[in-house]
Amino acid sequence: MAPSLSGHRISRRALLRGTAAGAGAVALPTLLTACGGPGNEVKIGSNASDAVPRKAFAEVFNAYEKKSDKKVKVNTVNHEAFQEGINRYLKGTPDDVFMWFAGYRMQFFAEQGQLAEISDLWKGFDGFSDALKAQSSGKDGKQYLVPYYYYPWAVFYRKSVFAQRGYEVPKTFDEFRALAKRMDKDGLDAIAFGDKDGWPAMGTFDYLNMRANGYDFHISLMGGKESWTDPRVKNVFDLWRGLMPYHQKGGNGRTWQEAAQSLAQKKSGMAVFGLPHPGQQFSDADREDLDFFAFPEIDSAYGQDAVEAPIDGFLLAKKSKRQKEGKELLKYLATPAAEEIYLKRDPNNIAVNDGASTSSYNALQKKAVDLVSNAKQISQFMDRDTRPDFASQVMIRAIQQFINKPNDIDSLTKDIESQKKTIFAAN
Amino acid sequence: MPLINARRAKRRGPRRFTSRDLAVIGVLLGIPILLDLALIWGPTLASIGLSFTNWDGIGDIQWVGIDNYKTLFTDYPPFWPAVRNNLLWVAFLGCVATPFGLLLAVLLDKGVRFSRFYQSTLYMPVVLSLAIVGFIAQLIFSRDQGALNAILANKDNPVDWLGDPELNIWMVLLAAAWRHTGYVMILYLAGLKSVDPSLKEAAAIDGASETQTFFRVVLPTLRPVNVIVGVITVIEALRAFDIVYAINHGRNGLELLSVLVTDNIIGEASRIGFGSAIAVVLLTVSMGFIVTYLVQELRGGKKG
Repeated sequence: MAPSLSGHRISRRALLRGTAAGAGAVALPTLLTACGGPGNEVKIGSNASDAVPRKAFAEVFNAYEKKSDKKVKVNTVNHEAFQEGINRYLKGTPDDVFMWFAGYRMQFFAEQGQLAEISDLWKGFDGFSDALKAQSSGKDGKQYLVPYYYYPWAVFYRKSVFAQRGYEVPKTFDEFRALAKRMDKDGLDAIAFGDKDGWPAMGTFDYLNMRANGYDFHISLMGGKESWTDPRVKNVFDLWRGLMPYHQKGGNGRTWQEAAQSLAQKKSGMAVFGLPHPGQQFSDADREDLDFFAFPEIDSAYGQDAVEAPIDGFLLAKKSKRQKEGKELLKYLATPAAEEIYLKRDPNNIAVNDGASTSSYNALQKKAVDLVSNAKQISQFMDRDTRPDFASQVMIRAIQQFINKPNDIDSLTKDIESQKKTIFAAN
Repeated sequence: MPLINARRAKRRGPRRFTSRDLAVIGVLLGIPILLDLALIWGPTLASIGLSFTNWDGIGDIQWVGIDNYKTLFTDYPPFWPAVRNNLLWVAFLGCVATPFGLLLAVLLDKGVRFSRFYQSTLYMPVVLSLAIVGFIAQLIFSRDQGALNAILANKDNPVDWLGDPELNIWMVLLAAAWRHTGYVMILYLAGLKSVDPSLKEAAAIDGASETQTFFRVVLPTLRPVNVIVGVITVIEALRAFDIVYAINHGRNGLELLSVLVTDNIIGEASRIGFGSAIAVVLLTVSMGFIVTYLVQELRGGKKG
């Protein structure tokens, strides 16, 4: 819903910026003497446009300003618009430091030479696991990202619903299916489901694939190295098809917010979501009642090893003229203290730094920490683990088509494969 | 006085421009032409050029010939639904919404009671942008929380107005027509006011029925308005974008060429060459419509 509204906002902002630039040309000399030169300021491109994260980040940057007597100038752009404009943004005049995601989505820009390498900073970093380092590295093995927080995906449910009806947390896929069937009989929509925005259902695909075929297959499939007509991929869709009758009907017409609301209203029993998603749709009183379990095991060879936990972080633009100041800011953002300030204000994510205190965490966050720290592998998310054009142009459509017609797996996978070939051959 | 004399002198004499006149004309015509070249023809030609390349917006530009078009026609599933939807849009606005707008205009022009009230009510949606109409459509058509399903009170098996790809395009067309009808109505209303009443009287004296009068006398005099309405209808249909983008980013049954262009060029995908190829297709389709229409109208105009 937001993007097109924000489109207006942006154009207006661009207009204002243009006017400001004109005015600035007149006022510039006086301004320069007033704030003592540009070396004293760092600009941050922020996609944290929602109220809660925006305020939380503002506090972090305030803390940095106090600590370093540098000025931090934050340039906030609507989240989706920032994502869609990232190419132009990096190519034009990016801010010194900007927010972005780990994994393939970052590597893509590292390969294009848009990001400044920060391997030297990483040598001094403390408290980051090897998995995190891998997700912060480009394909050349050099580091580009300072990870900040992550939010694991899992199956969410309401404790009271489970207690009242005597449901038990399923460990295996068979138990999961049996539970779904029981919920169905009890008059609930077993799995709340909304894929109107195109991406939420990707989480379910990722988990089915990682549980059935393992993390390595998932990553190489996303990297374009496996064929989508492979029986293993068809099996994933097959498993999903078996679950479809228990998914809330009309998924393509429902936003994830509406799906989460149906979970909050006890109209549906479970939902595959990321940590920040369901909580936002629950009232304060109900939030205590929210709980989750890891996506159930399908093949015992892979168990519940992999966890989907997208990482957000900060990058330094190669074009930035304030590399030194940018790096100083990144160094600060990598400290546990900087993460703690943020998470105190926005308790919907968890810190990446082992050193960050968990004392302010709520029960759900603590559980999420356990989930992530026990994971053998961490995946990002379909649209972060593969080329952005493949995810947005092929997979969103393919999954929506699957939701409409779950029985036509053969032609669907053939369709994906032939498009994948063109897109991955392009570069 | 000397000014008038000068003017007269000029009018009488042979038509010749002084160098000052030429400079003024040069500047006044030159600047718009330059702007037109730079802002309209430049990008248009650039799009055509880029459509034969493979470019991600950052790296090198590679020449790939007609590969983009081949992929587009054979291996890009959203393309044909988008073409179909665009044509459907033209047909629906042209054959349903526009005639309906004309009908309303005629009824209002006859001076029904409360005609001012109807006029402003029907015109109201025109002031809204289509994106806003898209949001309103969601409030009405949403499956779980929409007003329409609440009225139908079909709780067990609610109709998924916007999620069902067979159905949602019609709902969106209805919403778009809601706005388009008002627009057309106001244009025709203005046109009808300017029709000389003596024409109608003459027709009535000659014994023409009301329908005959309308189709044989009134409508032909409305020719200039017809041209404008026709062009507007086609343009509105082909540039339709914001309403489907607001609803579901133009996916799952709501594909449109304009959305595919945006998705490929502006979105994170950044397939600029490929997106340009779609834009060229859209350009060709629009040129086809507009040129045929204008040629026909102009020819007809001359004959009449």
